[in-house]
Amino acid sequence: MTFDSATISMLLTGTLESLYMIAVSSLLAYVIGIPLGIILIVADKDGIHPMPWLHKPLGIIINLIRSVPFIIFLLMMLPLTRMIVGTTLGSTAVIPPLTLASAPYVARVVESSFKEVDGGIIEAAKSMGASTFQIIWKVYLPEAKPSLLVGAALAITTILGYSAMAGFVGGGGLGDIAIRYGYYKYETNMMLITVAILVIIVQIIQEAGMGLSRKSDKRIK
Amino acid sequence: MESSEPIIKLVGLGKEFQTANGPIKALDDINLSIEEGEIFGIIGLSGAGKSTLVRCINYLEIPTSGDVFFENESLAAMSPKEQRMARQAMGMIFQQFNLLDQRNVLQNVCFPLEIAKWPRKKAVNRAKDLLKVVGLEDRAKAYPAQLSGGQKQRVAIARALATNPKILLCDEATSALDPNTTKSILDLLKEINKSMGVTVVVITHEMSVIEAICDRVAIIDQSHIAEVGSVAEIFSEPKSKIGRQLILGDAAEQVSRFGGSRQVRISFDGRSSFEPVLANLILACKVPVNIMHAETRDIHGTAMGQMVIQLPEDETEQNRVLNYLKTAKISHEEVKDYDI
Repeated sequence: MTFDSATISMLLTGTLESLYMIAVSSLLAYVIGIPLGIILIVADKDGIHPMPWLHKPLGIIINLIRSVPFIIFLLMMLPLTRMIVGTTLGSTAVIPPLTLASAPYVARVVESSFKEVDGGIIEAAKSMGASTFQIIWKVYLPEAKPSLLVGAALAITTILGYSAMAGFVGGGGLGDIAIRYGYYKYETNMMLITVAILVIIVQIIQEAGMGLSRKSDKRIK
Repeated sequence: MESSEPIIKLVGLGKEFQTANGPIKALDDINLSIEEGEIFGIIGLSGAGKSTLVRCINYLEIPTSGDVFFENESLAAMSPKEQRMARQAMGMIFQQFNLLDQRNVLQNVCFPLEIAKWPRKKAVNRAKDLLKVVGLEDRAKAYPAQLSGGQKQRVAIARALATNPKILLCDEATSALDPNTTKSILDLLKEINKSMGVTVVVITHEMSVIEAICDRVAIIDQSHIAEVGSVAEIFSEPKSKIGRQLILGDAAEQVSRFGGSRQVRISFDGRSSFEPVLANLILACKVPVNIMHAETRDIHGTAMGQMVIQLPEDETEQNRVLNYLKTAKISHEEVKDYDI
């Protein structure tokens, strides 16, 4: 392997593709996952607005999706991906399955952050006559913010891991390069470089998440 | 209205919890009236049901039987939205303060006003006024993590008063505080009751809290109201066993441990504590008595005393002492069934 400008530009493109996939998928996964996480907390039998008819099936669906290995999920989703994006190749084609596979994971992460909010604070809000919506908007979300940020770092790095798997079905990005050059063509160096780039991205996301969480948390000062 | 209607009326209130081991009655047939402007205490040992009771008053817990009337309006008959409106007229403070950790002091006090949809500017002004009342105007920008327990409870009080409630429910509000801080918080509650006319309901397991600020008290034991009355009345003549236990407090244990023959508890109100009751008794009956326990307490500004004396062995001498106490109209009762 030679480090010519073509290789560098390929790695650069791969990195940008990976970042594009995880950025868009994470955003969409959170758009879906936050409301689901809220429902998991609020509609629980001990929640502020119990709705067992909604809570039970939702829990089952989330567990179902989460138990399907992502690579299988990716293949199962091919028809739907083709319908939405028009193709099953390239980075954009990875976004729908990536989003749908991560949203249930995000929902659980959000749920666990909300669970950390002290029940006494919820009770105090209720004693002031707060509505369910007000408790979600003014208590759960702001009080869980530091924990949500740590959770986001966790979720995004997991989504990054998933996105690398998309290389197996021609999904583009760093995972694609690692598989095509590193695995199929035995270019170990190329594989190591892509892995190193992935490690750096994970580091940055993790540190940023923790840093933002610490900075926003008013409990430690 | 001329006649003073109770601000809170509990009628046949019951609460049952379903547990894995079958239903548990937390409250059974509770009937209570709390008058406007008073400081009403509810005391009981842990597990007696007092926390459930206070949560039934604002419907945080929905009773399984009976009804709660707030200013003559049945809470059971209200829609959930009307119940929320009623709660805005009832403030509540807690043992663990329950402040929002991610909001500063001023924002915490503004919180109920946001819920009640006050305009922002008006809310901030109101919150600043209340911080002055509780003596924390200089900590407006501090976060709860930077405050002491007493300061947190002061913020909680300001927050509970923000929407101008008619009643303030205090659930073990001083149980997490040291004695000095407890005293300052109780003084603050008393002052608020006087200056703002807010009815205060105090839930506690400490008789000293009741004695310090309450006008009337209900003693709750094993899901029932054991007795209700003015604090002075219950102190001088407790009618229930639990009442006697709570009033004698730690002394009950000593008395039962060291007690040999019959013992009598004498209580003095503000007047008789200035008379040498015991000396007179000994002179009149010509018998020695053994003092097992004696103390004076400040109940609502009046000095109230209690004393446990051991009667002589001889039965005729015992009767002489008991007769003397009866004719001298000194509140007394035999101590024998404390079995703590």
